[in-house]
Amino acid sequence: MRELFRRYGSGLTLLAAALTAFWLLALVIFPYLGLFEQSFRPYLPVVDVGGPKDVYSFNNYMSVFHNPTEIDFLGGKITVPIHLWVFMITIIYSGLTTIVSLLLCYPIAYYMAKVISPKSLPTFLLLLVVPMWVSELLRAFAWFIILAYKGPLTITLQSLGIITDPVHWTWGLGGYSGVIIGLNYAYILFMLFPLYNAMTSLDTNQIEAAQDLGAHWWQTHWRVIVPHTKPGIASGCVTVFMLSVGSILVPTLVSSPSSRWFTEIIQQWMFESQDWNTGAAYAFLLLIVCVIFVTLMMRLFKVGLADIAK
Amino acid sequence: MSASVELRGVSMDFDKYRAVDNVSVKINPGEFFSFLGPSGCGKTTILRMVSGFIEPTQGQVLIGDKDMRGIGPNKRPTAMIFQNLALFPLMKIWENISFGLEVRGVDKATRRAKAEELLRLVELEGVADRLPSQLSGGQRQRVAIARALAVEPQLMLLDEPLSALDLKLRQHMRAELRAIQKRTNVTFIYITHDQGEALAMSDRVAVMSRGQIQQVDIPQKIYNTPSNGFVASFVGENNKFSGTLSGISGREGKFKTDVGEFAVTLGEGVTKDSKCRLYVRPEHVGFVAKPKASTNFVPVTVEDVSFEGNFAVALMRDRTGKRRSAELRNDPANPPPPPGTATNITFDADKALVLLDSEAVAYEEKE
Repeated sequence: MRELFRRYGSGLTLLAAALTAFWLLALVIFPYLGLFEQSFRPYLPVVDVGGPKDVYSFNNYMSVFHNPTEIDFLGGKITVPIHLWVFMITIIYSGLTTIVSLLLCYPIAYYMAKVISPKSLPTFLLLLVVPMWVSELLRAFAWFIILAYKGPLTITLQSLGIITDPVHWTWGLGGYSGVIIGLNYAYILFMLFPLYNAMTSLDTNQIEAAQDLGAHWWQTHWRVIVPHTKPGIASGCVTVFMLSVGSILVPTLVSSPSSRWFTEIIQQWMFESQDWNTGAAYAFLLLIVCVIFVTLMMRLFKVGLADIAK
Repeated sequence: MSASVELRGVSMDFDKYRAVDNVSVKINPGEFFSFLGPSGCGKTTILRMVSGFIEPTQGQVLIGDKDMRGIGPNKRPTAMIFQNLALFPLMKIWENISFGLEVRGVDKATRRAKAEELLRLVELEGVADRLPSQLSGGQRQRVAIARALAVEPQLMLLDEPLSALDLKLRQHMRAELRAIQKRTNVTFIYITHDQGEALAMSDRVAVMSRGQIQQVDIPQKIYNTPSNGFVASFVGENNKFSGTLSGISGREGKFKTDVGEFAVTLGEGVTKDSKCRLYVRPEHVGFVAKPKASTNFVPVTVEDVSFEGNFAVALMRDRTGKRRSAELRNDPANPPPPPGTATNITFDADKALVLLDSEAVAYEEKE
C-alpha cells in the first residue's frame, strides 16, 4: 500500500482503493448478504413483509424436496422430488462437462506448450481466441443451429455418406449431449489456459530425462507431466465446473425437450413466480455445492487456494 | 556391459544451419571419451543424436555395432545426465533413482533396495525419502548419477554436468565421476567446454569447432602436439607469432617474424605454402639476459609478474607492442625478473610449433 502511495500519489491511490471497495462491497458483498437474509424468509404479499408471518425458517431450502415425481432412471422408474433431481442432474452433467473439457484440452495444451514451434504459436493462439470475440449468446445460437434436427451437421455428414438418417444431436446422454457440447465450447479456454500455463513452466529436460530412462509416452505423462500440471488441472476443472453449473444461456438454447438445468429453476422462481426468497435459497444451494467441489478438488490434487488462483 | 559407439559421417542440419558437419569417430567400450569445444561447436547436438532425441540428417550412429536409426531414446541402452540434472522435483530421491526401473515394471521393494544400493555407490546414504529441493548441489549431482546408473546403461552421456557446481566441488566431482566410471566400466561420453575437465578425466578427447572434429587423441597429445592452431588456442595458453616459413628440412624449419627468425618444429600438415602461425606455450618460455645468436630469443620488457605459489606468471611486451607471457616454476634461487626489466625471452626449437591456421583465426578474433 505504501508502495502504491509512493508510486501513484495519494489522490490516485485513494481513488483506486475506493473504487475497489465500492465494487466489492456495493456490487458483491451487500447484494449477497441481502439475498442470503432473504432466502430464510417466506415469500409474502407486500403488506405482510415485516409482519408476524415474516419469520426466519429453512422452508425455502426445503422446497427442493417437494413435488415427488416419477422419473425414468437407468431403465427403471424412481420417485424423486423434481427440483432435487434437476439439482443432481445439473451437478452430474457439469462434472461430465468438466471431464470432457479436461480430456479435450490436455492434449491441446501439451501440443501448445511443448510440441508446436514458437513461430506458429501466435497463429494457433489467435485461432483459439478469435471465436471468443463473438458474444456467448451468438456462440450458443450457432451451436443451436449446427446441432438442429436436419441442420448443417446432419446435412454435411449425410452428404459425406457417414450417416443416412437425420440425428437428434442434442438428445443423446439422456437429453444432455447438446448442453455438454455447448458448455464445452463456451468454456474451453478456461480449461485450456490454466493447463497451458502449468505445462510451459515444466522443464523440457524432465520430459527428455523420463524418456531417456525408458519411459513410454504415457508413463512420461502420468508420472512427470500430469503431476507437474496438477495446479493447472485443478484450476481449470474448478472454473469450468462452476461456470457450467451456473450457466443458463447454453442449457436454455442448446437443449433437448427432456433437458433441464438448475439455473432455469432459479430463474423461474425469481422471474416467473416472482419468489426471490426461494430463488435465493436455491442459488445458495448451488453455491454450497460449488464450494464443496472446490474443496474436494483442492484435496484431491493437494493444491492450495493460491495455486488455483494462479 | 559397456558398448562401443561409432559415428559414421554424421551431419545435422537445423534449417539452413549445419550444427554437425560430417563427423566420424569410434569410441571404444569402457572408454571415458570427451567432446571438448566452445559453445555452439555442435558437441551437445552429437550427444542428443547418440541419445536419440534427434536423428542425424546424414550418416549413421551405431551403439554396440547396431544402427540406431529409428530407435527412440527410451529404447536405447543409454542414460543421460543433463546439464541442469533434470531430477523430478515432485518425486522423492529413491523414486527419482528408481524411475527407470518403475517404468520397466519392477516391483516397489526391489526398486527401493536398488535405490539404496546406488545411493551407497555414490556415497550418499540416508536421503532416500527427501525431495531433490532438500539436497545441496553436489548431492543432487550424485542423485543424477545414481538415477542414470539404475537402468544399467551400456553408455552414459554427460552434458556438462559439473558446470553448475562451485570450483572446489567441481574438482572433487571430477575425481568422483572418474572413479565411478572405472568401477562400473560403462562407456562415458562427456561434453564440456572446460579444457581442464576434459584433459583431467578423459581417456581420449575430441576437440570440436564449428561442427567438425579438429583432433581426436589422448589428453597429452592434444596438449603437446595440437593438430592445428584452433586446438592449440582452445586448449591452454600460447604466445602466438605471425610470419613466414622457410628452410624446411624434415619436420624442422625457420620461421621469420617481425621480432626475429626462429628455429621451429612443423606441426601436422604444415608445408611451405601453408597458412600457419607459431605457437609457444608460456611454460616453455625462459629468460636469458645475453642470448647466443644461434638460439631463439625475443627482446622484451617485463610489465607485470604475478606470483601464484608453485609458479609465477610474467607478462611482457615485445618491441612491436605484442603481449608475451611466461610461466615459471617457483625457484627461490632464480626469481623472475622484476617489472620494468629489459631482457629476452627464449624457447627451444622443439617447443616452438608452427601450426595450420584452420579456424584459429576466426576463434581468436571473436575473443
